[in-house]
Amino acid sequence: MSKLLSLALSPHEKGKESVSRLMYDVLIALLPAFIVAIFFYGLGAIIISLTAVISAIVFEYLITRYILKKPSTVMDGSAALTGLLIAFNVPSNLNPFLVVLGSFIAIAVAKMSFGGIGNNIFNPALVARVFLLISFPVQMTSWPVPIENRMKYLDAITGPTALGQLKEGVMNGQNVPAIISQMPSQMDMFLGQMTGSLGEVSALALIIGLIYMLIRGVISWHIPITIFTTVFLMQGGLWLANPGAFADPVFHLISGGLMLGAIFMATDYVTSPMNKKAMVYYALGIGVLTVVIRNFGAYPEGVSFAILIMNAVVPILNRYVKPKRFGEIIKNGK
Amino acid sequence: MLRTFPKGGVHPPENKISADKPIEILPLPKQVAIPVSQHIGAPAKIIVNRKDKVKVGQIIASSGGFVSANIHSSVSGTIAKIDKVFDTSGYRKDVVIIDVEGDEWDDNILKSNDLIKQISYSKEEILKKITEAGIVGLGGATFPTHVKLAVPGGKKADILIINGVECEPYLTSDHRLMMEKSSELMVGTQLLMKALGVDKAIIGIENNKPDAIEKLTTLSKGFQGIEIQALKVKYPQGGEKQLIKAIINREVPSGALPIDVGAVVHNVGTAFAVYEAVQKNKPLFERVVTVTGKFVKSPKNLLVRIGTPTMQLIDAAGGLPENTGKVISGGPMMGKALNSLDAPVAKGTSGILLLSKDEAFRAETKACIRCAKCVNVCPMGLEPFLLMTVGERKIWDRMENERVMDCIECGSCSFVCPSNRPLLDYIRLGKNKVGQIIRQRKSN
Amino acid sequence: MSEIVLYTILTVTAVGVTAATILYFAAQKFKVFEDPRIDQVEEALPSANCGGCGYPGCRNFADACVKADNLDSLFCPVGGNETMAKVAKILGKEVAQQAPKVAVVKCNGQPKFRARINVYDGPISCTIEHMMGAGDTACQYGCLGGGECVEACKFDAIHMNPNTMLPEVIDELCTACGACVVACPRDIIELRTKNKKDRKIFVSCVSQDKGATTTKVCQVGCIGCSKCLKVCEYDAITIGNNLAFIDSDKCRLCRKCVDVCPTNSILEIGFPPRKLKKEDSGADINQSNA
Repeated sequence: MSKLLSLALSPHEKGKESVSRLMYDVLIALLPAFIVAIFFYGLGAIIISLTAVISAIVFEYLITRYILKKPSTVMDGSAALTGLLIAFNVPSNLNPFLVVLGSFIAIAVAKMSFGGIGNNIFNPALVARVFLLISFPVQMTSWPVPIENRMKYLDAITGPTALGQLKEGVMNGQNVPAIISQMPSQMDMFLGQMTGSLGEVSALALIIGLIYMLIRGVISWHIPITIFTTVFLMQGGLWLANPGAFADPVFHLISGGLMLGAIFMATDYVTSPMNKKAMVYYALGIGVLTVVIRNFGAYPEGVSFAILIMNAVVPILNRYVKPKRFGEIIKNGK
Repeated sequence: MLRTFPKGGVHPPENKISADKPIEILPLPKQVAIPVSQHIGAPAKIIVNRKDKVKVGQIIASSGGFVSANIHSSVSGTIAKIDKVFDTSGYRKDVVIIDVEGDEWDDNILKSNDLIKQISYSKEEILKKITEAGIVGLGGATFPTHVKLAVPGGKKADILIINGVECEPYLTSDHRLMMEKSSELMVGTQLLMKALGVDKAIIGIENNKPDAIEKLTTLSKGFQGIEIQALKVKYPQGGEKQLIKAIINREVPSGALPIDVGAVVHNVGTAFAVYEAVQKNKPLFERVVTVTGKFVKSPKNLLVRIGTPTMQLIDAAGGLPENTGKVISGGPMMGKALNSLDAPVAKGTSGILLLSKDEAFRAETKACIRCAKCVNVCPMGLEPFLLMTVGERKIWDRMENERVMDCIECGSCSFVCPSNRPLLDYIRLGKNKVGQIIRQRKSN
Repeated sequence: MSEIVLYTILTVTAVGVTAATILYFAAQKFKVFEDPRIDQVEEALPSANCGGCGYPGCRNFADACVKADNLDSLFCPVGGNETMAKVAKILGKEVAQQAPKVAVVKCNGQPKFRARINVYDGPISCTIEHMMGAGDTACQYGCLGGGECVEACKFDAIHMNPNTMLPEVIDELCTACGACVVACPRDIIELRTKNKKDRKIFVSCVSQDKGATTTKVCQVGCIGCSKCLKVCEYDAITIGNNLAFIDSDKCRLCRKCVDVCPTNSILEIGFPPRKLKKEDSGADINQSNA
């Protein structure tokens, strides 16, 4: 017989999942937040996002093509995703050169130097954000005021974030309820009308993205919901103990980068644990660290640091926290 | 109430194209090649010689050990030779090749199709008849049935589960059997119950076969102790351990057998074969095989004599399509790719599946993105990604510690992997090597 | 200021002295006596840690050598007789000379001789391909071409030839450690005694199929016809399971079997060009036919 048949071990059928499908699903989930960002920050949001995405893709292509000499992984969408997440994590009036530098750090240092997609320990976008935050604290902490700066870019009028205001107020010995009373209402904050990084402002848009990803089966609920619960309970405890010194839990949930971090950064496949039990421990750690850093640390914002610290713990979690094996309970019960 | 197993599982497209095609009888082939190892365990010993005349149902190879089964001639004619040909395992194995002359059945076999409902045999007689008839698990694992029915001392079975799940996509042979031979199936189940000494049996059927559930539920009212349990569609529900968990919520411990939790699982095909063997004295020499594929001209369910070349089945279903890329014996999730279309149908062949060139080849393997989907779908709670990494590096002791031997090779991990990684291939490699190491350790 | 310096020096010194004392006593308490000869033997070994001797590494082998009553069952294939002589000298024991060996790939199923009937589509691994049957050719005994022997070799002595799609051994680098023999799931590689000038004659086939099947699947497979058996004057050839085998200890490299093999499955390697001996071999064929 001249016809050559294919030989391989079972299974002979393959599901529809693919790396690019998953990555593009995450990108779609980021769309609502992106639209909100354009609505509030206009020109700056568009320039920064484009710069970040394009530079990330270019760096990934150059490195795979000329340094690693491997088939390029640009088309799977992971570089574009990293780029967009970097853009979401910086203020909308950031110098484009800093954005490109951030992309370089994310792709070249945090991702490719570990061996490319699947091998990095730390979330590339967060490494870039923290690198920029520590190296360029002034540029990274002057956020444009939303709406009125729509048509401005580098010359935007800046203001502090809610968390920054809170931290500064507490440092100056002010009463927390008094500080919060000067801020926009919680409804406005939930919708996104506050100063902050590009993509983190609207909790609503991010939650829409979360629901989309849950429906599509891109991520499981374990990480984001555990982070929310932990932060809510822990902050709630602090708040009940001393409402004068600590902000209420809802304020912490909707302010700063918590939503963006919990939904899109902590759930990054590569840097999160490999089974649900370990995911819960990991998310628990992120929640606790976030609350601790926000309330007692020097920085007003703690999610990025919390996630990066827990990223480092992931290999240990993977090693020692195993999924429940089938048929184990009965064996131990004997 | 619909039940299912809780952990893992996937939903491959069902593609039950031939579900409403009645069972047809395939015309006798000119020549059959009957393999002597169609079951798990020792191959049977050939007891006929060249030029011998044989009748349908005559024993041609006798059981070669405790875990082994008799092999009977499926046709009448002259033995042409004893040779080695490719069988479904992909290796050349011993076969008895018989030239077909007429269709003369052994005198003891009752050829009528009348239902014999009365069970007039004792437990021992039933077991003896099953042993003689060479019945093996017809779901695909081909474990000799009489061994499964011989409950080891100190253990006790309290429930019989009949597996009518047929969770493999495409395959419909069990479905058709349940529809067309329902009464025989019921009697077969009662025979198995008597052989086991249990008074309760549950037939588990997935919800995608509502007609079978309805028909058997109505019928079961006339048979004492038999219940029908509808199950939610989820692959691999047909796996013994998953089915037991789904139906009676007992978890078979790692490394143990279903009998350790008091359950015995048999396939519907086996139950039907038991009926024929006990009530009609008919040994296992034919079975229902689904011939299917998305682009096969006329997908069919065929009643086929053991030893018929695969090509003949494909011809009966409209011939081999031009762009065939893969021919699989069994279903798409657990079947074996055939390397020769002359491979004979064996007792464990539940289907012949043809895939086109586009479906047949695997996509390019990419780097693992650690999405943990394989961990989430594994019905045994293993970590396929880790097993593969360890397997590639040949660290067998770590693989053993990660419980590689628990793997039921259902293929859910490879099915779901977005990077198209050959997870199950490496797990199988690990099972192979770790199995060798364990056997070595035991023999020392 | 000077006080701070002083205190620093004092503290660090105190910590150092305490730690040193603890370490000293710990070392005394947990001291394990080790035969100094183990170190000496290890020094003499090639430190390849290849496992060819059957022990996990050179140190374990050295340990075994020191503990053993005699060195009969111990041999370092990499170092060979020279190394073993050194080891024996250190330990004051006797060691027998062993003939050096070399790995030989016993399959010549190049694509031109052995047609591919199917396409293997799984991961490149001989063991995995072997698990699912004959593989992409119809020969269930021959080389699968996955290169697991190449991976196993620590001395870079075995390579895949892209033209023949078969592994080739570089005799000079091969230490006969046996790693490839273990790695091959089909037992194609054999360790054979080295002959002078690296010449070798061997049956390049391991197929146990009947002759008719073998010829169908491969042009150069051994069909077990026994012609070589009849022509061999030194009883070096045996036939079993439809397969001829040449004992490398008995073979005198006369090459008569090569000439009579109808399927060219006996290979001669390392000999001078055939022309020189054409007349002799011609006579041999005539003799055997007569």
